Amino acid sequence: MAKRVGMEVSISISEAVKLANVDVISAYPITPQTHIVEHLSEFVSDGELHSAFVPVESEHSAMSAALGASAVGARTFTATSSQGLALMHEIMYLAASMRLPVVMSVVNRALSSPINIWNDLSDIMAERDSGWIQVFAINGQEAYDLTLQAFKIAEDPRVLLPVAVNLDGFILSHVIEPIELFEQKEVDPFLPPYQPVLRLDPEKPVSMGAFGSPEVFIEVKKQVEEALIGSQKVVAEVWKDFGQRYGRVYKPVESYQTKGAETILITMGSITETAMMAIDALREKGRQVGLVHIRLWRPFPFKEFLQAIKGAKTVAVLDRALSPGGVGGPVGLEVKSALFGKEERPYVAEFVAGLGGRDLTVETFIEVLDKAEKYSQKQKDFQYELIGVREK
Amino acid sequence: MTEIRFHGRGGQGAVTSAELVALSAIDEGKYAQAFPSFGPERRGAPVVAFLRVSGSRIRVRSKVYHPDIVVVLDPTLLDIVDVAAGLKPGGTVIVNTAKTIEQLRAQYGFKGRLAAVDATKIAMEEMKVPITNTTMIGALLKTAPLTTLSAMEQPLNHRFGRIAERNKKAMERAFAETTIRE
Repeated sequence: MAKRVGMEVSISISEAVKLANVDVISAYPITPQTHIVEHLSEFVSDGELHSAFVPVESEHSAMSAALGASAVGARTFTATSSQGLALMHEIMYLAASMRLPVVMSVVNRALSSPINIWNDLSDIMAERDSGWIQVFAINGQEAYDLTLQAFKIAEDPRVLLPVAVNLDGFILSHVIEPIELFEQKEVDPFLPPYQPVLRLDPEKPVSMGAFGSPEVFIEVKKQVEEALIGSQKVVAEVWKDFGQRYGRVYKPVESYQTKGAETILITMGSITETAMMAIDALREKGRQVGLVHIRLWRPFPFKEFLQAIKGAKTVAVLDRALSPGGVGGPVGLEVKSALFGKEERPYVAEFVAGLGGRDLTVETFIEVLDKAEKYSQKQKDFQYELIGVREK
Repeated sequence: MTEIRFHGRGGQGAVTSAELVALSAIDEGKYAQAFPSFGPERRGAPVVAFLRVSGSRIRVRSKVYHPDIVVVLDPTLLDIVDVAAGLKPGGTVIVNTAKTIEQLRAQYGFKGRLAAVDATKIAMEEMKVPITNTTMIGALLKTAPLTTLSAMEQPLNHRFGRIAERNKKAMERAFAETTIRE
């Protein structure tokens, strides 16, 4: 039976990867991701996990080695953060286009400069268009569950795409909290061994990652795009299966107190539950506010998202990454795109906050909701507002 | 929910203190959350760690700005850090000090509930090192029943192995020797 234990969230990720019985782990340490692969290397050296652990000289090599391993049919895992993910950038696109179901924990951390080890989502947002399935955990249990689910989603023959499981650096990764851990025999029926459709095999030689001339390139890209969009169906199936087996239900978009809500706050990741407390505080004062958080970021669940915010007069988006010279952050951009051309559409107030680990409190979310309602009343015309800037 | 802020110096184990109490409380079926002040490790520099213990699920993930309890692992911090900053009305300050509570009040003006224990002396006598993390857990549990000394055994055994006994002894002595004034 599943056991409830107090555990650092990073360590619980290693436990999930161990239960997934991965064949190959390739990794290069970087804060705040380090504890995950450190602990996995202990499992391997202690003989608790029969995997090849490939310590490499850079993240570029970590992702390259993961691709090679996945191409021969190995269940493959890696993890990184920030500059490490940036160094993987060119190989990220290869993983998706080559249809290699690598699973990676991205422990979100700001990109330099100034050099900063703390949390925001600028690292993963630079990989938005890489073709990876991207999910976000709001707490430690989700980070653990999503990691296990990621292998099943990635390796489904209808999907065959890499999955990035995002968890916020420090705010999630370094927190000790209660996590329900599965036993191996509970997980095995849910996650059987990987059965590759096609693999590098000397007995049946194939080429992977070959040259793609203009005559075939667009067709390959279309296949990847269709696989990514089509993966939402498989994600839903896997989440349904997981919910039926273990009782924890996951959806691409989740709603909190949205019934009758005139103003809805949009969040992603570990800020979500703190923001829920702001919703509760304002509801107690009779304010009609609610929250929607996006768990499945790629493919973006347009239908579910639009359904979730239906009826709201005002939508406040809290982004933790900035697209300089644009209209704010990537989540706001997606929300505005989703609404463009719709007959009934709410006023969207876009906010960027929490960059480089600036702490977000219940009061911050109250401030954001207050401002969104005020701007909505005035129909204020603005691109976005940066929250919490200290300036004279 | 009880919110606690630990003040220590890098290497003294403030983070470990918070973690061990969280593990023990979770073992007992409660909810708890422990996390460091998210900085690069700097031995000797002032650091903080945070702990929340609750009977129900904890959702908040921001730092602790208004603690119910402040635990000071190193008396030299009192001169350079406002350890009582944001303390809730009726909150408790627990200090590792060779001074008496009256001397502490006279020197630092702490109002409200104050607890003192000579944790460095206990740690040196029981463990031969001036690391006061497990010792101060004893003082913390004396001021608030976040978890029990017996529930602390398992996490201490797991963390410290063959030196766990000495840590337990130091914790139990601090529990017995901590003085509290309302």
